[in-house]
Amino acid sequence: MSDATLSSAPALDLEAGRAGRRHLISRIVIYGLLTFFGIIYLMPLWVVFFNSFRPLAEISANGLIAFPQTFRLDAWPQAWSEFCIGGQCAGMQRYFWNSIMMVVPATIISTAMGAITGYVLSKWKFRGSEIIFGMMLLGVFMPGQIALLPWAFILGKIGLANSVYGLVLVHCIQGLAFTTLFCRNYFVGIPDDLVKAARIDGAGFWRIFYRIILPISPPILIVTVIWQFTGIWNEYLFGVVLNSGANQPITAALVALSMSGTTVRTYDVMSAAVLIGALPPLLVYFFGGKYFVRGLTQGAIK
Amino acid sequence: MASLTVRNLRKNFGAVEVLKGVDIEAQTGEFIALVGPSGCGKSTLLAMIAGLETVTSGEIWIGDRMVNSVAPKDRDIAMVFQSYALYPTMSVRENMAFGMESRGIPKDEQKAAIARVASLLQIEPLLARKPGQLSGGQRQRVAMGRALVRDPKLFLFDEPLSNLDAKLRVDMRTEIKKLHQRVGKTTVYVTHDQVEAMTLASRIAVMHQGQVQQFDEPDTIYNRPANIFVAGFMGSPSMNFIQAEITSASGTPMVTFPLSDGGSASLALHDGVGERVKDRKVVLGIRPEHLSRQSASTLGKPGMATMTAPVEVVEPTGAETMAVMKFGELEVVGRFSPDEAPKTGENMPLAVDMSRACLFDPATQKRI
Repeated sequence: MSDATLSSAPALDLEAGRAGRRHLISRIVIYGLLTFFGIIYLMPLWVVFFNSFRPLAEISANGLIAFPQTFRLDAWPQAWSEFCIGGQCAGMQRYFWNSIMMVVPATIISTAMGAITGYVLSKWKFRGSEIIFGMMLLGVFMPGQIALLPWAFILGKIGLANSVYGLVLVHCIQGLAFTTLFCRNYFVGIPDDLVKAARIDGAGFWRIFYRIILPISPPILIVTVIWQFTGIWNEYLFGVVLNSGANQPITAALVALSMSGTTVRTYDVMSAAVLIGALPPLLVYFFGGKYFVRGLTQGAIK
Repeated sequence: MASLTVRNLRKNFGAVEVLKGVDIEAQTGEFIALVGPSGCGKSTLLAMIAGLETVTSGEIWIGDRMVNSVAPKDRDIAMVFQSYALYPTMSVRENMAFGMESRGIPKDEQKAAIARVASLLQIEPLLARKPGQLSGGQRQRVAMGRALVRDPKLFLFDEPLSNLDAKLRVDMRTEIKKLHQRVGKTTVYVTHDQVEAMTLASRIAVMHQGQVQQFDEPDTIYNRPANIFVAGFMGSPSMNFIQAEITSASGTPMVTFPLSDGGSASLALHDGVGERVKDRKVVLGIRPEHLSRQSASTLGKPGMATMTAPVEVVEPTGAETMAVMKFGELEVVGRFSPDEAPKTGENMPLAVDMSRACLFDPATQKRI
């Protein structure tokens, strides 16, 4: 027995050495690739970030992708309140607030409705509830563009065309499929015995929701809020088609901004405007990102 | 007046008939155990008594009311679940108060009830903790406390000890029995563990495939089982079943079965069982503890018959010794005290207590 170990010790070392080197090489390859792709993903952000602090003259002289040589803050206030877009010279400010007024109510309402719908479909199953859920799933997989014309028609009919309220309505309905899916799949992991015990204790539908289900829900509610916020804020198609002019959200305004400017392209102001438009979702990810991942991977309590 | 009466209860899930006409009842203060293997319908029966499942046909009476269509919260019941189902985001105190809050009971009454039950179950130091901070046994007691606080007519337990480890299960079993002796509420207790049923219940309903096989006191169920299923299910190690024939020797009816050495054993029937036998073929049921080593003391008792059998495996547990013997082709388990324990390979002289043995009709499976 000891003979066997002694004689195989050198052989083991060789094998271990080889394995160690293979391990190291694969590590280098993996990290190399990751760094490479990381740089590719971050490059646009860096370029825009630097360009928003460089004077236009320098950008024209050195090109878009160059290290900044002078530092100027002028572009930002210009982008916020002075720049002329499509005839109006009030900057991005107005469109920023349009987006906020659209995103916040739509997120809150669609999340709340999704939570209640998910609660019903998972804890109060009735005949046909699985079919209804299946139909709602269609809303998740259906491309949004299909609903564009119908929405234009409906909003016109109810008088909400070309208004922020119209967009709020659109996003609430469009988002309901996702929020229901998230919440229902999460609530299914909550033991049914809890609901049975609460029913015997005398709690009804709403009481069970407020006192038992909602307190366990923060993980999935955060996921849903982050998903909806970033999705609705970044949404372009409905914003640019259904609204026009001063009622457009910031995504549509950014495109309008890039088409304005008579002869010269004001890259510095455009960069600042793009960053203003990207800031809220970026902030949401910075502060809520870890909760997002945690909520997605976490089941409900046991 | 009975606390609970179930009459001819049936339950279908689509085309599947899960309960096929169940009749049981519980007098006030009784402890009824529903016991049976998985899938026999006992949890469904309990859920229907609680009002969590609808009734396909039949009647459920709690007290003097028929409660078929009464909501669970109005049935005056309380339930303890296998998973305890404690509300995870509320403290123990809030868990216990939840039901009273839902019914609008004033705060001082709530406090008094919680204090009373907490001291009864000795969970006072746990009142501020959340369920996640409690051990399994503590959660169990909190679940029982939540039920006790309601002061209902009927307690329902759905396999409450299944999630506990073996030692804790035995301790909690005793606690439940003591609690029942103290509080005296009518209890319906579902379990798949026949030991729990035997030790806790005043009457046991053995269920199999949606029907109540026997509903009797533990002693009757154990010693005079109604059919082969009940006989085999209750008791551990389970009863030995031997295919045998009725013969008679000098006027005495005997039961005969083949032995390993090619001969056969004939054991005299006891207690007038011989008169009730219709066919020649029977199933003889002998519990392991009714086999003992032949000695002066065992042979003196009435109803004892003798035979020999080879011993194959000996399993000492300390308090007793199990032995697997061969009766012909059949393996038979015996339970012996360590002093008279058999040795492996021994051709053991056995004394069989025929006064306790059961005969079953192979066709109907019922006890003769």
